[in-house]
Amino acid sequence: MSASDDLNAFVTRCEVGGGDGSLAGLTVGVKDNISTEGVETTCGSKVLEGYEPPYDATVVERLKDAGARIVGKTNMDEFGMGTTTETSAHGATRNPVDTDHVPGGSSGGSAAAVASGDVDAALGTDTGGSVRCPAAFCGVVGLKPTYGLVSRYGLIAYANSLETVGPMARDVETTARVLDVIAGEDDRDGTCNAETDDYAAAVEQPTGDVTVAVPDELVGEGVDEGVRGTFDDALGTLRDEGATVREVSMPSLEKALAAYYVIAMGEASSNLARFDGVRYGPGGEGDGWNEAFADARARFGDEVKRRVMLGTYALSEGYYGDYYDKAQNARALVRRDFEAVLDEADVVASPTMPITPFEIGEALDDPLQMYLADANTTPVNLAGVPSVSVPAGRADDLPVGLQLTAGRFEEKKLLRVARGFEKAR
Amino acid sequence: MEDTERIDSEDVEHVAELARVRLTDDEAEGFVDGFNDVLGYFETLDDVPDDVEAEDDYQNVLRADEPEPSLSQEEALSNADGTEEGYFVGPSVS
Repeated sequence: MSASDDLNAFVTRCEVGGGDGSLAGLTVGVKDNISTEGVETTCGSKVLEGYEPPYDATVVERLKDAGARIVGKTNMDEFGMGTTTETSAHGATRNPVDTDHVPGGSSGGSAAAVASGDVDAALGTDTGGSVRCPAAFCGVVGLKPTYGLVSRYGLIAYANSLETVGPMARDVETTARVLDVIAGEDDRDGTCNAETDDYAAAVEQPTGDVTVAVPDELVGEGVDEGVRGTFDDALGTLRDEGATVREVSMPSLEKALAAYYVIAMGEASSNLARFDGVRYGPGGEGDGWNEAFADARARFGDEVKRRVMLGTYALSEGYYGDYYDKAQNARALVRRDFEAVLDEADVVASPTMPITPFEIGEALDDPLQMYLADANTTPVNLAGVPSVSVPAGRADDLPVGLQLTAGRFEEKKLLRVARGFEKAR
Repeated sequence: MEDTERIDSEDVEHVAELARVRLTDDEAEGFVDGFNDVLGYFETLDDVPDDVEAEDDYQNVLRADEPEPSLSQEEALSNADGTEEGYFVGPSVS
């Protein structure tokens, strides 16, 4: 038994890798939606019960080549759909800081395993905040890289245009070391064509005079008082380190959350069509193929059913223009707002989550309440820019994260500012 | 979509059928409130302009169309519920 067993942080334990290389000696947990050859990979779903991928994801192959020891597959909201890790078919994961609370999601098992000290680092995936939210809620570091920096080959897709694989660790330096290994071009993912870089070396360089933009839209009424206080202290720390802090306005962010959910659900409805019980996962019974597919897919949990159905609805004839077209236009406006602000500033700062971790069970029956918690993280995925959550302190004895966001492929600068903050705090 | 109609359980059942997700009547009823809350929230998008120009800073990544090593037939079939003579067995078409 280890701390993670009590927390239900792992779905499957394994022992893979562990040779020589830049990550020799590092123990790593891998989110259960990232393919690991011969090790059961369920995406937290009954639909993939028993599925053993016949190949490794590129990021897993690279971890193994670098000598990391992969010790298990971490629990997650089913197919990444959730903000609490409670929608997993394997039961909820608990927050190691306070076990009455959720660890955040959807990469909650990864965050809990790192925070409890059971692994040195973990891989999560971030479609709308799924690395940054649990990092913030468990008090660890989590990076969502630029879209296109890290290969998605072998990541079991939910919303291709938004999702990224990202590292999590207890400090910025370890996060950067894992990024060094997993980043960079991959012929098997046409969207991944960027060079990797020496991020770990870059984080220790001085930050210089940094300009930090704080959008009014991300620190407004939805933000808890305690979270706001911790965030203001964090801005004070950045100022003490020589940063200039500026308030800015990014009006498109008011539309970002709705645009995100329309796009993510739309993509989910087509992506998850492949789970029909024929090529993988338990098969269905019934009269004819439609009945048999619908029977196999009855194994989806409620949140996945909700998103697949809402996505189907939003993309159906007569509604497409009202939802999907509008959402794509809002997405273009969000991108432009980030570009304009990051032209004038080095990073955008906000609280990662507007609230402290929910109590277990608190948000599960109210989908909209759960979605609203993603207000500060989802705009980043629409824009495709890199963003990191670093521990900023506590409110009501629960962890609060500082979210820093930079321009496309500016991970070096981003991690340097994050490291500067981590050292000064 | 100013006049968005309220979704009822029949609408949920219709979408479930399109999405090939089997629901019981009770389950369909259980989704009604959440659907209406979320679709109501999506009305935030009503006043997004229709004439936003999409960026075109994307470029295609192409490669020569030459066969490369991939999964063997046996590996590709290794997780299937049913196989026969090297093929997947699917439900009957009727």
